[in-house]
Amino acid sequence: MKVTGAKALFKALEGEGVDVVFGIPGGAILPAYDPLLDSSIRHILNRHEQGAGHAAEGYAWATGKVGVCMATSGPGGCNLVTALADAKMDSVPVVAITGQVPTPVVGNDAFQEADITGITMPVTKHNFLVTEAGAIAETIREAFHIARTGRPGPVLVDIPKDVLLQEATWRWPEHVDLPGYRPTTKGNLKQVREAVRLILEAERPILYVGGGVIKADATKELFDLATEGRLPVVTTLMARGSFPDTHELALGMPGMHGGYTAVTSMQRADLLVALGARFDDRVTGQLASFAPHAKIVHADIDPAEIGKNRAADVPIVGDAKDVIAKMVAELRLRQEEAGGPPDRSEWLSTLRGWQAKYPYRYDQPEDGPLKPQFAIQRLYELTKGDAIVVAGVGQHQMWASQFWKFTEPRTWVNSGGLGTMGFAVPAALGAKTGRPDRRVVAIDGDGCFQMTAQELATSTTEKIPFVTAIINNAYLGMVRQWQELFYNERYSQVYLSHDTPDYVKLAEAYGAVGLRAEHPDEVDAVIEKALSVEDRSVVIDFRCDPKEMCFPMVAAGSSNDDIVLGPGGARPTEDPKEAPIA
Amino acid sequence: MSLHTMSILVEDKPGVLTRVAGLFAARGFNIGSLAVGPTEEPGLSRMTIVVDVEKKPLEQVTKQLNRLINVIKVLEHESDDAVERELALIKVRAEGDARARVLEICGVFRVRVLDVTHKTLTIEGTGPPDKLEALTELLSDFGIVELARTGRVALARGDRGIRERVQRRLAAGAEDASEWTGGGV
Repeated sequence: MKVTGAKALFKALEGEGVDVVFGIPGGAILPAYDPLLDSSIRHILNRHEQGAGHAAEGYAWATGKVGVCMATSGPGGCNLVTALADAKMDSVPVVAITGQVPTPVVGNDAFQEADITGITMPVTKHNFLVTEAGAIAETIREAFHIARTGRPGPVLVDIPKDVLLQEATWRWPEHVDLPGYRPTTKGNLKQVREAVRLILEAERPILYVGGGVIKADATKELFDLATEGRLPVVTTLMARGSFPDTHELALGMPGMHGGYTAVTSMQRADLLVALGARFDDRVTGQLASFAPHAKIVHADIDPAEIGKNRAADVPIVGDAKDVIAKMVAELRLRQEEAGGPPDRSEWLSTLRGWQAKYPYRYDQPEDGPLKPQFAIQRLYELTKGDAIVVAGVGQHQMWASQFWKFTEPRTWVNSGGLGTMGFAVPAALGAKTGRPDRRVVAIDGDGCFQMTAQELATSTTEKIPFVTAIINNAYLGMVRQWQELFYNERYSQVYLSHDTPDYVKLAEAYGAVGLRAEHPDEVDAVIEKALSVEDRSVVIDFRCDPKEMCFPMVAAGSSNDDIVLGPGGARPTEDPKEAPIA
Repeated sequence: MSLHTMSILVEDKPGVLTRVAGLFAARGFNIGSLAVGPTEEPGLSRMTIVVDVEKKPLEQVTKQLNRLINVIKVLEHESDDAVERELALIKVRAEGDARARVLEICGVFRVRVLDVTHKTLTIEGTGPPDKLEALTELLSDFGIVELARTGRVALARGDRGIRERVQRRLAAGAEDASEWTGGGV
């Protein structure tokens, strides 16, 4: 059977089980948009390609499936770059399909030409330029295989317009054969035994859990390991929801704005068992003084992560599900022999003491101003935590991670590694598309919101409703916080204004419901109203105290031992030269 | 900094060189020499790269090279464990008395003359890099018009090929994740 390249593209996407594609058509990709009309695949028409990219990410975060986005050549592909870089940093499985100018004019500075495979090479796991229609099916197959296996990541497939129009014999390859791509998924048993030996010897062990555990679908195995071994768990920003925050062994988020207990437990630990985590600088603070007493077990599917920042005493390359399952089996065996887990009541009670003494705290005066943490906490309480939470980047993101108690994987979606402002609205759209059965709440900043708010139009026209709670503090809040602490309160280019734009009117203009709370008294009513709307998106403008800062805080480059619990403990520097390096 | 010679077995596809070179460039590492050509297996090319870099960052790059989909194997050669050769074409001024002296040097180095003009000789020199350094240095007295070098190529000593070598290292250090897996992720 002969089909056009465009037809082959959709047959291949259908073959991969794709049910939705986020995108925007344009000149070079035009041929692909015709067979789309006859395909079972739903296309969501975004309002900016970056939005399509983040929506594909949000879809992937919430479902675990590969998110797909599509754009035309030149500016279309260029606008995807931020989302691809974001997906690379956070190991999100995404396949991007871009149109390219026709083969005969590639390299001629043709209209809307950009070398998108060249541009995206460093920000994708892999990319392809397809030069003949007969290769489309195989390439799409390989792209999905690469995106979803091993350490997941974004893959871009660039297809020139003439290749989309060309006819070729349809053939769906049974197997993918990539001689240079054979990820190690099975953990070495000898190493696992050594890891368990260290766990049983340790007096102050901590499970340092990263996003890899969620990506590998290993949360059940993690739960068994933690509970059977009586091992306390910290969950990084990427791993929120991998272990229930409500569990007695949960210590919450470590890192720059993590909880005192999570941060300090790692500093005092004699063993860190890192599972699908990468010793990121936001977690370790100053590397030299990070977890100084701890031996390190480091399990990751990517050998390049092991030993990158911190040498591992027991390195294990493998998929988290396989490695943790093997750890659990070995631990059971050893603990049965020993008659139970080692007695670590002293360590656990120390941790509980810290938790009681140093919880996340804020002070909401009855007569205002409205504190951002209060708005987020009430949102959590009134939804009973039953939502997929999506965040942008900045103070609101940290507060959301701090004050929401996550109990299930894939209910927290955010931009971790790249720190992409503007992620939340389109990612919420993608998450809701993938999980129409769940309520989706975007907690966003006013700065972030304005970067991608146009996707509310997509939400309305495509009938994909979600709630966006804008923590509107009239500033680029995190930058303002740094200027307050480290630049002698010299505020430079951080003021945005509480009321420009008028977020309620903006929401209404996009066909969403706009609500506003300026006073703590109004918060509950506004949230209840928002939760009662199911057929449309809702935007809540929480006008918050611009001066509220995010704590605890470990200033960049500082030791985790120097964690600052509140504004009183902050040590401002007078000289910008002494300011920490971001 | 120290010089390291690496052999990288890659799929012979467009863009692979850019991907490999990009990993070095992104870190600001300068590639001293680079030689690429076909291998005993159709569809595979072999790159030999000489790079001036510290050991630790090189290990990280090596792991990231393995992460590339088109990279099959990566091997860093220990200097005494590999044979290394390079070829240079040198066009040197050789008029009057100089001609005999240049030819004498060629004789000592056992290198061949490929082209003769009234004013110049074009010489083909082959050997380990230090021999070519010495040859060029001596010839520079006469005036080198043009010089082209292929860049170093290397094979490990012994009876095993790169695939088996990496496989053996992997087996020997299976518990050591810092070893090369050659698998990508």
